[in-house]
Amino acid sequence: MALSLYWYLIVAAALFCIGLYGVLSRRNAIGILMGIELMLNAVNINLVAFWRYLTPSVLTGQVFAIFAFTVAAAEAAVGLALVIAIYRSRDTVIVEDVDLMKW
Amino acid sequence: MTLSQILALLAPELVLVMAGLVVLGLDLVWREEKKKEWLPYVALAGLVGALAAMVALWGQEAVLFGGIFTADVFALLFKVIAVVSTGLVVLSAIEFMRGRTPYRGEFYSLLIFATLGICFIASSTDLIMIYLTIELLSITSYILTGYSREDPKSNEAAIKYFLYGAVASAAMLYGMSLLYGATGSTNLSQIAIALGQADASLQGIILPAVIFLLAGFGFKIGAVPFHQWAPDAYEGAPTPVTAFLSVGPKAAGFIVLVRVFFVALPSFQPERIILISVISAITMTLGNLVAIWQKNIKRMLAYSSIAQAGYILLGMAVTSNLGMTSMVFYLMTYLFANLGAFIIIIIFSNGGGGDSVEDYAGLSQRSPGLALAMLLFLLSLAGIPPLAGFIGKFYLFTAIMEDGLLWLMVVAVLNSVISLYYYLEVVRQMYILPPKVEEPVPAASRALSGALIMAMIGVLLLGLYPTPLIELIEAAARAFLSG
Repeated sequence: MALSLYWYLIVAAALFCIGLYGVLSRRNAIGILMGIELMLNAVNINLVAFWRYLTPSVLTGQVFAIFAFTVAAAEAAVGLALVIAIYRSRDTVIVEDVDLMKW
Repeated sequence: MTLSQILALLAPELVLVMAGLVVLGLDLVWREEKKKEWLPYVALAGLVGALAAMVALWGQEAVLFGGIFTADVFALLFKVIAVVSTGLVVLSAIEFMRGRTPYRGEFYSLLIFATLGICFIASSTDLIMIYLTIELLSITSYILTGYSREDPKSNEAAIKYFLYGAVASAAMLYGMSLLYGATGSTNLSQIAIALGQADASLQGIILPAVIFLLAGFGFKIGAVPFHQWAPDAYEGAPTPVTAFLSVGPKAAGFIVLVRVFFVALPSFQPERIILISVISAITMTLGNLVAIWQKNIKRMLAYSSIAQAGYILLGMAVTSNLGMTSMVFYLMTYLFANLGAFIIIIIFSNGGGGDSVEDYAGLSQRSPGLALAMLLFLLSLAGIPPLAGFIGKFYLFTAIMEDGLLWLMVVAVLNSVISLYYYLEVVRQMYILPPKVEEPVPAASRALSGALIMAMIGVLLLGLYPTPLIELIEAAARAFLSG
């Protein structure tokens, strides 16, 4: 029995919400980064599912997904570099402790 | 279309790619510090070359690569804004970065690649292309913000900018995937066609998709509620980067917003007007109110630029040609006034001055010329005649009046009055309070003075003789809106 499109969309939406919850609740910058990755992967599930069910003859969705995770990797590289930079200067990756500037 | 025609239409972007790579390469080859002094001028030559290519392309319209890249005059307007602002930023960065980083070559080449990102965004008419180019701009901006690696404030600014930016772009991407799912296409004009034929059940998915998209675009322009990164990133970033962030990425956010709403979602117009006018009203009110309390001048200008984004959004809350024209024109007046203010801050801090508003006390007695220039830029930002900002605001307010959005106009006028308070606070410090230090601010380098004079000419010229530029923008806006 083939699954319908909705199941994939529900999984993606759930994954997106889990990622967003991680972003909002984590105090560790690496944890937040992991939450962001979950959000991006939810998008990829969406894209590939839409491609498979709606326009299987046109590769747009697949191409979009490939671009999305490639760019996500580049973004994560820059993000981790910034986390290392802040760890060197402040000895912490807890975002609440990074508070030189407020309001 | 032949290859040479395609290359000709892509000339501005190709020049920028070359310039970025040449700067990077020369930085590697030139070993002596003395030669590296020339790197910013190489970058500048590239930007001037790109500007020349844009002028040569003026009036040509074409759609390239199966509809993902549109070369039109409307995009060229934004590309000009990007290249001019980066040019001024490069001029003002030369002296500032000299003592602060050993890696100056990469700095200028990253600036050029960020500008390249803005130029591509201006022409993108496909969701995949929009995502890629926005990320090109974002990732380079994150690195530039954290460029002073030894400065903990710069590190903090970069990590905050990055975390907000990555979440916003993930949300934007989710919105794009929903839009793709609803229409089966990523091309903006095909999305519009698909939505025109779609039945009512699909409309339910459009609103969430648009809100997710707005998270990404709103982040770029610094609109409330996606603005929280701006004050911290502006305060912590090296000042030339702050100046860059306050103009280029904002312009990019606006063009992509215009393209998505006007090309892909014309059926969404009633909701767009409500959504944009509410965001615009909240953005300017919050920006102006919080700016009043700021002690740090970069942070104050950050909130001021949030408020300015609110004014610019007014142009999208209306349906007329006038709205679009006044929006682009206001963006140009804002470019010169805001960059000018940041150039003064750079001159002041190069001379050993601090970043707090109180450090500017008695500037009129120490360096009258500098104080006068700052006065000019702040009054233009506040919208006082006969400066550029006044004409820009006048057009924007007329546009919303003509569309009958009276409440929005009242909010905007009240906001202009509020904004006077904090702009004039700086003026009060400069002109009325006695100086803490007597010596004049050390004279600025030739490059910085050049940038300052250009910004002053821009503010005065657009204020006193705006007609040719407005006619130019109007023609481009009419061509864009009609097809």
